[in-house]
Amino acid sequence: MTPSSLPKQTPPSGTPEPSGASGTPEPSAPGAPQAPAPAGASPRRLAALRGGPDVPHKHLDARALAALAANPGCRRRALLDGAGVDKGAVAQALGSPAPFGQSQFALVRGNAFEARVKADGGQVLLALLCEQVGEARPEPEQVVVPDVTADGPAGRAERTRLALAEVPEGSWGLLDHPWLSLRVAGSTAYLEPDALAVHPDGSLSIIEIKSFPILDGAADTVKAGAAARQSAVYALALETQPRAVRESALLVCPKDFSNLPAAGLLPLRKQIAATRRQLRRLTRLEEIAAELPEGVHFAPTQEPEELAAAVESVPAAYAPECLSTCELAFHCRQRARGAGSVVALGRSVRGELGGLATVPDVLAAASGDPGSAAAQDPAAALLRRAAALRAQALQDAAARGPARGSSQAPAARDAEVG
Amino acid sequence: MSLLNALARMEAVACGRARPVATVRHRHLAERPLVLVPLATAGENGAPLGVMLGTERSAPRILTVAQPRDRDLRFAFLDRLAEAVLPHLESCQDEVELVERKETDPESGKRVAVEAELCTDAPQLLVPTGPGVDFVRLLGRSTRFRRTAEEDPESEHPAPPRLPLLGRWLSHYGERARVPGSSLLLPVTGLLTRHWATGQSQLEDQHLGALLAWLAPPDGASGAEAALRAELGRDGRGQLLVPPAGPATDPAFDNELLAPALSRYDRGVPGAEEEVHELVATQLRPTWEAVWEGVGMLRTLPEAAHVPDRWRRDRQSYTHHRDRLRAAEPPQPRKDDAVTAARKLAMREQRQAELEAQEALDDPLVMAVRRLAGEAFSAEVLEVEMAYSEGKRPSPRPLVTVHTQDAPLLSDGDKLHRRLPEGGQQRAELVELAGPGELVLRLVNGMGRAKEPAPGTVPRKGDLVCWTLFEHAPRGGPGLPEPEETPWTHGGPPGERGAERPDPVTSEDVL
Amino acid sequence: MTTLVEQPGAAASPAQAAAAATEAILSAAVDGTHRGVVVNSPPGAGKSTLVVRAALELAAAGHPLMVIAQTNAQVDDLVDRLATAEAELPVGRLHSSEPKPYDPVLDRHPSVRTSAKPADLAGLDVVVSTAAKWAWVSSEERWRHAIVDEAYQMRSDALLAVAGLFERALFVGDPGQLDPFSQVGAEQWAGQAHDPSASAVSTLLAHNPQLPQHRLPVSWRLPHSAAALVSEAFYPYTPFRSGTGPGDRRLAFGAPADGSPWDAVLDEAADAGWGLLELPAARTPRTDPEAVAAVARLVHRMLEREGRTHGERDGSGGGAVLGPERIAVGTAHRDQAAAVRAALAGYASAEGDGRAARVTVDTANRLQGREFDVTVVLHPLSGRPDATEFHLETGRLCVLASRHRHACVVVCRAGVAELLDDHPATEPVQLGPASWAPDGWEAHQAVLSQLAEHRVPLA
Repeated sequence: MTPSSLPKQTPPSGTPEPSGASGTPEPSAPGAPQAPAPAGASPRRLAALRGGPDVPHKHLDARALAALAANPGCRRRALLDGAGVDKGAVAQALGSPAPFGQSQFALVRGNAFEARVKADGGQVLLALLCEQVGEARPEPEQVVVPDVTADGPAGRAERTRLALAEVPEGSWGLLDHPWLSLRVAGSTAYLEPDALAVHPDGSLSIIEIKSFPILDGAADTVKAGAAARQSAVYALALETQPRAVRESALLVCPKDFSNLPAAGLLPLRKQIAATRRQLRRLTRLEEIAAELPEGVHFAPTQEPEELAAAVESVPAAYAPECLSTCELAFHCRQRARGAGSVVALGRSVRGELGGLATVPDVLAAASGDPGSAAAQDPAAALLRRAAALRAQALQDAAARGPARGSSQAPAARDAEVG
Repeated sequence: MSLLNALARMEAVACGRARPVATVRHRHLAERPLVLVPLATAGENGAPLGVMLGTERSAPRILTVAQPRDRDLRFAFLDRLAEAVLPHLESCQDEVELVERKETDPESGKRVAVEAELCTDAPQLLVPTGPGVDFVRLLGRSTRFRRTAEEDPESEHPAPPRLPLLGRWLSHYGERARVPGSSLLLPVTGLLTRHWATGQSQLEDQHLGALLAWLAPPDGASGAEAALRAELGRDGRGQLLVPPAGPATDPAFDNELLAPALSRYDRGVPGAEEEVHELVATQLRPTWEAVWEGVGMLRTLPEAAHVPDRWRRDRQSYTHHRDRLRAAEPPQPRKDDAVTAARKLAMREQRQAELEAQEALDDPLVMAVRRLAGEAFSAEVLEVEMAYSEGKRPSPRPLVTVHTQDAPLLSDGDKLHRRLPEGGQQRAELVELAGPGELVLRLVNGMGRAKEPAPGTVPRKGDLVCWTLFEHAPRGGPGLPEPEETPWTHGGPPGERGAERPDPVTSEDVL
Repeated sequence: MTTLVEQPGAAASPAQAAAAATEAILSAAVDGTHRGVVVNSPPGAGKSTLVVRAALELAAAGHPLMVIAQTNAQVDDLVDRLATAEAELPVGRLHSSEPKPYDPVLDRHPSVRTSAKPADLAGLDVVVSTAAKWAWVSSEERWRHAIVDEAYQMRSDALLAVAGLFERALFVGDPGQLDPFSQVGAEQWAGQAHDPSASAVSTLLAHNPQLPQHRLPVSWRLPHSAAALVSEAFYPYTPFRSGTGPGDRRLAFGAPADGSPWDAVLDEAADAGWGLLELPAARTPRTDPEAVAAVARLVHRMLEREGRTHGERDGSGGGAVLGPERIAVGTAHRDQAAAVRAALAGYASAEGDGRAARVTVDTANRLQGREFDVTVVLHPLSGRPDATEFHLETGRLCVLASRHRHACVVVCRAGVAELLDDHPATEPVQLGPASWAPDGWEAHQAVLSQLAEHRVPLA
């Protein structure tokens, strides 16, 4: 990480670093992310958690940071992601590999689309942006397009920083694949937005190019949500530079069934707030790590039993939603099912179960066995009624079963004319 | 999720296989549904890769695209698809019965009865999963605005003659699928999860293979073990043992098998077209079998009593669409105007309320869910006291005291409903919460027109009666203005609705 | 995209600011050039008073008008207020043909005519009904003016059904309360200007962005201790302040505290306007027996200790008795309300005076628009394993936290802050302009951190 040379980016004097909350940008303390990592979350400690300096460090990217929001209560995920552990390799070593993959067709198509919308030096992007925000579209010669190439991530991030300052007041600017840095949990994450636009008023718009379509003006809301959270990470990284970042990003996607671009505005306010919270939590890594037994690490190369024990030593908060967002999910599911956890059946299942957390406890409470400890839970009364109603209904249906055969008649009539 | 259905999932965990959450079949299932298993190309919106279809398990047709990025091949595929699907979708158009329908007379503005045709049956379309329904809708959207050579002689890429028609039918089926309780287009995963609970989550139930594993685990295996194999099991080449039920394919299949085959096709290697066809077919066949297996399970359940009523509405929907096509109306617009959107929402809310009521009345297991939620209760009649309304012609208003062990959420004056033993329904009002579980109700209708209640319309002491807090046949709301009378608050009239422009066909369409 | 009409400077007194806002609204409604005027009203800002005044002024100016409210109770209340304000004014109450279609209290007013048939009410200066009933009226005859009350709780499609009846309208409502909802999915229209499941105001403004928007800047209901929090958490874009200052309202109990946590939290609330009775952390079913018992016991103690309120309405001297009619219990779910009612019925019969049973106990949905001196709220997230969209909805919390004139006591299990922290933030996003709604997560945190300062643990 190269410290910024711009005077505005040093922390204002008299802004003390709140203990334990560093590594997270604060809106009021633009310099915070540049602060050194707190003593506990030293790079050495993180490397030790990975299994030593030789184990590859999986750097957090915007997608991974955005995905933290999917299950913020999971300490296992927070620790492994924060320490830069390759969860995919761990899952593979544990015998529950993540079934994630990307089709090369999608990859090729996505890259071709991005290349196309950027082919003319960003004129198409700016035209889409102006149309969405209602500003006058600049002539090509009025747009400053700084070069952001440099050696290495740190160099490119620094180059981006300087390039942002180069765009003169009153001018449009467009940065193609700029690099941003963000201090997360004691290490630096480098992020690469698709593009940034500088407006004549000096503010910035984040531009995100995706390969899912905008059909008749609307995008898939789940995919748009993921894009918004990713853009929110960029917005946080941009808080360390002086320009204001607009609260809506520009999302550029293929239009309908074509390869022509269409755009829409992605509101970011909630996502920025939520991502800020998640990143702040990552700084609690030390508390989580402190609870680990001595010498525990997550190198995928160790004996599977040891690795499994290491993973088990950090509590997880598995829910079925993890299956689509976390490489370790199938491992965690197996453990959750093995423990009879009710949440393996879905978060919503827990609603009326009170303090009963396992399937055997719920079934014991429902059976009405007064000897079981579960029967003392306040949820037990409702469960007993539920079980009784269910048993009665199944019994009633079984009793009248034979008579129901006649109701096949309408189906037979459909067949005559079908 | 209701607590009862959560309990059913836990029973399934405990016994290792799915457990019922319904005792009757709540959706129409045609004797010969058209099963459609679609696969799409990753990364392209609505680009089909192949489809397996047919009305009989033993006689499927498989259509594939040798190179999905080739527009001409895609059109040729869609042409064959239209020729395969349209005969089925059009098969019920001419067999009609005559029914009476209320219409507003344009001259007098009064509601008058007119005779109308109603198709005696409608074709049913089954797809494997929810995303399959979305794909049908997307195919409809992508093809209904296409222009044929006849419509647009100038077009460089005219659509096959019957393709826009297919688009309109698929669009109609896709839109109808949003109506609660409708059965024209259904996903098999949705049908199965409506009737059985597995020992896994709703999310995992979207995987047809895993769902079937819980419904019918192979001998000796538990549902969880069988489901895990369906989700993750791979062969020696790294290919899934149970391919996804589509329309998305497995990335490992795309990258390891399909991409090399497509590249051989692009290079003109002999036999490459057949190779692609066979590869896609290997991904389609297991899903085809799974769909029919699921259909077979559903057929073991007797049909619920109200299903024919709801299917009649589907037949009406089918007939209306037929009439619009025959009247040469333009294709469904891309976006609904304000009035159309509001009408659709109102209709769907009414159907939702109706569906919830009918499913409960048809199925004690569903009624149990409503009873547990305090929306219905079963009660024993303790006492009946005759009483009459005031006025010139007193009508019977008997007071019935009942006792229930359920816990309905009631307050004074609430309306209650029950089904009469001879059919028809009866409404009552809550007069008094007399004591724990003890209620006094006043019957207010359903007893005939005479001074004395008709026989069998007033319960007797000792009868066990199921009362609901919800209406059995919820009424629809008031009418909405015609689109041309859209008020200023909603943007004013949408203007003359002509045929919408087709999606531009450009060289950018495909890469 | 919208025109927010400038407000008088903050230097003006609350009464001056409110009066100036009201004058501007009335002038826009009676003489303005726009077809519609939108008024955003925070809780207890005098919305009903405004509606009555606007109706009277329009009628006085010779403009017959229709008034559209959302529930029969709201309609009856408005008619009663209109007739009380102007005994001579001919008012029509259009009602349904159900039994007991309107509040018999209206029969006391000689100038009020009630009927289920619009023709019976033709020619009256003001006709009031629900949106549902107006939707059945044929639009052959149009009204020149309309007032739409509780417009934020009205659905877009309900406005579509009645908007053909009027030429221009004053839309009045509280943007912070519960949004209307649909029983079925409406995703296909999400983000479109005429999404039928959106609120009437959002459709109106999406199609008519030039319409002037006013706001009532002063809450006369909320005490000084509550206005800032409710304004910041739930009305970030339409801020307001309280009409009363610190110390203008007081709540005191006749009987001394018995040293129990229940009494301690009541004293805290009497003193500070807020109190949090915190039960030990636990996951519980919705009808958490301990929480329900705690709520009931709080109400019981409040009555037993003979509370008295002092404030601008309570006269000088001894103040007014805090009777059961002036206390409410708010919950998120109906079964919770039923459980609290049952617990209060137990106290009522044990005491033999039945007072506890006369306390209003209801869900947030049904407490909308109502006002009490003291409220006891069972926190929507208490004891829950997760924070669902339903429980996070800002409108629900806003209604529960803004019904009181003096104090609000919240009963909650510990651990809600952690629950919020663990809440997955993966909500779907629609393309388009940013929503004006406050974020449920942030609003919950704001309320929690305020409550934490008034916490009494129940060991």
